[in-house]
Amino acid sequence: MVRSLTRAAALIGWARREYGGLADRAGTVGLWLLIVLLLVVGVVDARQYLVTGIIVGSIIALGALGITLIYGILKFAHFAHGDMMMFGAYIALAALVGGGRIGPLSFGWGMIFAILLSMTVLGAGSVAIDRVVYRPLRQRGSSTVILAIASLGVAIVLRAIMLLWWGPDQQLYVSGIHPAREFPFDIMLKPDQIFIFATAVLLMAMVYLLLFRTRMGKAMRAMSDNADLARVTGIDTEQVVMWTWIIGGALAAVAGILLGIQSNLKPELGFTLLLPLFAGAILGGLGSPQGALVGAMIVGISQEVFVGIDLPFPPFGVPGYKPAVAFGILILVLLVRPRGLFGKT
Amino acid sequence: MEKGRLVAFLAVAAITAGIVGISANDSASLNGFISFLTVFITTVAIFAIFTLGLNVQWGYTGIFNFGIVAFFMVGAYTSALLTKGPSSSEFVKYVGGLNLAEGLGPLNLHGLTGFVLGALGAAVVSGIVAFLIAIPALRLREDYLAIATIGVAEVFRRLAIEEEGLVNGTRGLTGIPRPLHDLVSPPDYKFIYLAIAVIVLLIIFVAIERGARSPWGRVLKAIREDELATAASGKNIFAFRMQAFVLGAMIMGIGGAVYSANQGSIVPDTFSHFFGTFIIWAMLMVGGSGSNRGAILGAYVVWGFWTLTGLIQPHLPAALETRTSYIRDLLIGLLIIVMLLLRPHGLMGEEKRVSLFAEQKTKRKTPRVGAPAGPTEV
Repeated sequence: MVRSLTRAAALIGWARREYGGLADRAGTVGLWLLIVLLLVVGVVDARQYLVTGIIVGSIIALGALGITLIYGILKFAHFAHGDMMMFGAYIALAALVGGGRIGPLSFGWGMIFAILLSMTVLGAGSVAIDRVVYRPLRQRGSSTVILAIASLGVAIVLRAIMLLWWGPDQQLYVSGIHPAREFPFDIMLKPDQIFIFATAVLLMAMVYLLLFRTRMGKAMRAMSDNADLARVTGIDTEQVVMWTWIIGGALAAVAGILLGIQSNLKPELGFTLLLPLFAGAILGGLGSPQGALVGAMIVGISQEVFVGIDLPFPPFGVPGYKPAVAFGILILVLLVRPRGLFGKT
Repeated sequence: MEKGRLVAFLAVAAITAGIVGISANDSASLNGFISFLTVFITTVAIFAIFTLGLNVQWGYTGIFNFGIVAFFMVGAYTSALLTKGPSSSEFVKYVGGLNLAEGLGPLNLHGLTGFVLGALGAAVVSGIVAFLIAIPALRLREDYLAIATIGVAEVFRRLAIEEEGLVNGTRGLTGIPRPLHDLVSPPDYKFIYLAIAVIVLLIIFVAIERGARSPWGRVLKAIREDELATAASGKNIFAFRMQAFVLGAMIMGIGGAVYSANQGSIVPDTFSHFFGTFIIWAMLMVGGSGSNRGAILGAYVVWGFWTLTGLIQPHLPAALETRTSYIRDLLIGLLIIVMLLLRPHGLMGEEKRVSLFAEQKTKRKTPRVGAPAGPTEV
């Protein structure tokens, strides 16, 4: 048993060494071809699902952006990110007072206030968690794996607080039916969904400006490239870490709220969210912000379009298999191009 | 007594005293009290099997599995489908149903043969799942495997729910055969099962202990401590990591088999991230990664803590009572964080153990070390 396993493993290793370069190139081309195929099928056969996928993808992108930034700067997989998103969504639920509506949207200015408040709370909260949990471990020189396990502990704590405070049942920001409107090409969209997309794009643009047009952004990118080199050039790495948490936390808050607007809020959803978040971040290339955006979009679109295509075998046509689609993408990327579409070698 | 051992001793003593005290106070009769303790120890034994499996993966090799529940689930369903008979109703649909528990004629041994075969089948299928997932993920950074295992757990749960013909969907499987159940009256069966669970645990414990002290075990630890140096000494890192991951998953699969035969019925909702993965991590972190005794101690302490808080629950004011289970969740999460921050080597700490051969030669127990042993990078 053990020997045959060893042999199989050695065979895989040999195949990778011999044909690794070729496989990498073929994998890249293959991945892009699959993505184009997905988009074509979506446009031709499942337009409605494609558009929903873009909306969902923009939400996943905000979360994946945080994951990829944290991974780039702190070099560990942040397993509390899904629960942080849900936590942000619940804080907005608590802060959401007063009815009123902005134009055709289902919510009023109270929601804008709730979003800003939730971003502040989660941004500050992430820094606080870092000071209490991650920084002591970092200073002790713990391996990144230990930090990842600590983040699992944080995830469990956040989830328990949500269960304690808001209970296990699913909740909505605004109850009632909000009809979709008709758009060209037979697409039905709710005004809320346009708000989601617009908010996500606005935040992505802000992150872009921050990363590529400010000193702090430059420092962040430098630290992501090479932390030691960044330190010797006089960058205050602890400050960079702090800003990473503020941005990651605030983005997670918005992502969670937008997800709550798109579907609903439930404490249990947080951990499950990790799958599409990481699938997106890894498909784009962990550590690459542009990659996270593209990867998350593709994951969001795939999840919806696969449900829209009616084939008689899984995972097609069954909404329950959305996580399976994200998982399939993850495995495919790990097999053919582990560094992702935009990742560095 | 050394400080760490003292803390461990105090933790065990406090939990034991609490559980025995409160359950003795609450039980209506001596029988009720004894049966409560029996069920408690059986559950600890089952959790300890999972914790030992995780110890092979994380404690010895540094492989990081956040989807323990996937292998738990595969093991539980595999053994159920192997031992159960085929479905007798059109409303109950599942694959398999080989009836190994009762269909072997003179080899039945009151279902014991079926149970053993079911557990072995569970181990094999879990091992195959682990092997397949390890091919893309194990070679890469540790985090990738953790994410992939979360994915496997999620996908299996969806499969069990959506493919109704596979394992009877959300209604789950009932009537899973229990070994030796026809020997005693139903109320006494729990004692038999306690013995079975403890024997399985002991077999696995002894096997891992021997493995850990063998040359094979030393390579695993070497990989955990310094992968590059181990590779430089000519060891095939990927192969060893693969073996440890598959072996750990097989142990978890056996744990699933022992669980399902104990419960008699399983539904997809049984296999939650919390009870299938989180709490087992807490057990290993409390007990001490890299120590098999620690893994069992951790299972005892954490499940004891869980049971104790459950016992206290009815004595609490109403406002608190309904929320106790979430406070427990919170404490489990805090336990992981606090252990990592304050006692990264757990209550036991890793035993410094070089080789079985050397120990026999010197005829003395190797010294146990406190803080400096264990994963150096912690």
